[in-house]
Amino acid sequence: MPSPRYWREIPSRYRLEASKCTGCGKVMYPARPVCPACRSRDAERVELTRRGRVVTSTVIHVPPTEFDTEAPYAVAVVETPEGARLMVQVVDCEPTEVRPGLGVSLEFRRIRREGHGGILCYGHKAVPLREGQT
Amino acid sequence: MREVAIVGTGMTRFGELWQASLRDLFAEAALEALGSAGADHLDAVYIGNMSAGCFVGQEHIGPVLVGQIGLAGVPATRVESACASGGVALRSAFLEVASGASDLVLAAGVEKMTDGADVTAVLATASDQEYEAYHGVTFPALYAMIARAHMETYGTTEEDLAAVAVKNHRHGKLNPKAQFRREITIKDVLESAWVAEPLRLLHCSPVSDGAAAVLLCSMDQARKYTDTPVKILGSGMATSSMMLADRRDPAFLDAVQASAERAYKMADRGPGDIQVAEVHDCFAISEICCLEALGLVERGHGGKATRRGETALGGRIPVNTSGGLKSKGHPVGATGIAQAIEIYEQLSGRAGERQVAGAKVGLAQNMGGSGASSVVHIFGRA
Repeated sequence: MPSPRYWREIPSRYRLEASKCTGCGKVMYPARPVCPACRSRDAERVELTRRGRVVTSTVIHVPPTEFDTEAPYAVAVVETPEGARLMVQVVDCEPTEVRPGLGVSLEFRRIRREGHGGILCYGHKAVPLREGQT
Repeated sequence: MREVAIVGTGMTRFGELWQASLRDLFAEAALEALGSAGADHLDAVYIGNMSAGCFVGQEHIGPVLVGQIGLAGVPATRVESACASGGVALRSAFLEVASGASDLVLAAGVEKMTDGADVTAVLATASDQEYEAYHGVTFPALYAMIARAHMETYGTTEEDLAAVAVKNHRHGKLNPKAQFRREITIKDVLESAWVAEPLRLLHCSPVSDGAAAVLLCSMDQARKYTDTPVKILGSGMATSSMMLADRRDPAFLDAVQASAERAYKMADRGPGDIQVAEVHDCFAISEICCLEALGLVERGHGGKATRRGETALGGRIPVNTSGGLKSKGHPVGATGIAQAIEIYEQLSGRAGERQVAGAKVGLAQNMGGSGASSVVHIFGRA
């Protein structure tokens, strides 16, 4: 299903830009106009640290058509040190290695090629931290 | 608010119904519901439908469907809340009758899924397109992540998950309307193909066609239509964060809890009063999480309670006596109404081999997306 053009033009997706509530300090990715915790409308923009920890995960064996050639692949909810959580693929590893608690870095990658026109869609994917990395 | 009762029901068989179109399915269920009550008119119709536009290319289905039953002219509203569309249609019809705005209202649900559309992609529209589906996340994958979190937090096992599917197939075998009327074993489930780990094919509800309809009227007029009305004692709805990543505890369905609290409060009943329940088992893990969020079992114990048989026919609190979404089938927009019909049949003593003896109070819980919307109704024998 082709995505609207604006999906590919969301700067926060490329910069990992979140909002930090000036009322309660909650960090949300993507940024929101209202803090869900304290309803404050005052927030500052913060760029997320490009690493985190897997909260929960799965390995997808039956993918959407556009990801047909990639299955099986791992997907996880990752929490950054700021407390923001995002859902990303976890790559460059055996999918079954991906478990809650795994440390990952977040890297800018191609997410998919869309439709017959082959429009490229970008975003972040997680890669497990190797020994010596923090 | 006026008291509201269900006075008639109608439902197609659920399954791959290649000979039936969207409008055929609706007409069969709607006409059966009207006929069962001897009613020949309606003040309004609400239709739960997730995605006729994506599945069969038809939007604006209100006039299409009432026209098919010869009632063009009647107000007809299509209601959408993903897989909770049917439950929310029931709630809309309930509120219209309770308010006094209408006396006789049909709440229906219909979905035609097996007609060539890319079902995985259509169902994924009920997740967050920009931040979940964009990354190749499927619907089963969201519930798989809920399952993984539940296993990590509470020690729930793959066998616990399998026990939900086995139990619901045992119930569905007794339901003539069910898509799969056969029993399965724990071994069958654990040997079926992976869909999204830790969920396998037999942990997942099927793709189905079907329709269901219930006729509502005010309690003071109910006996004109039937000798066995069933009252709607309470109705509650809630939403939660659309994105799974936004929920602090991915193993808990807070919209289910909030919708249940509202319904319990309106009904002046609690979880201990419920004698039979239909809950939203689109995946085995969702039944476990719903049992906990509804307060029917202790938090974290949904898997163990299922293994012990507490939720089976003959157990402490029989759940999904219809076979649930897993065995009965899950034409998404019709599911919430079909759940209400099972509770109606239980409370009016019509459930045949599936009958829970003496059931007077029952509950139906219908959920949208990965738990971002939930609607709960509580019913009582009138």
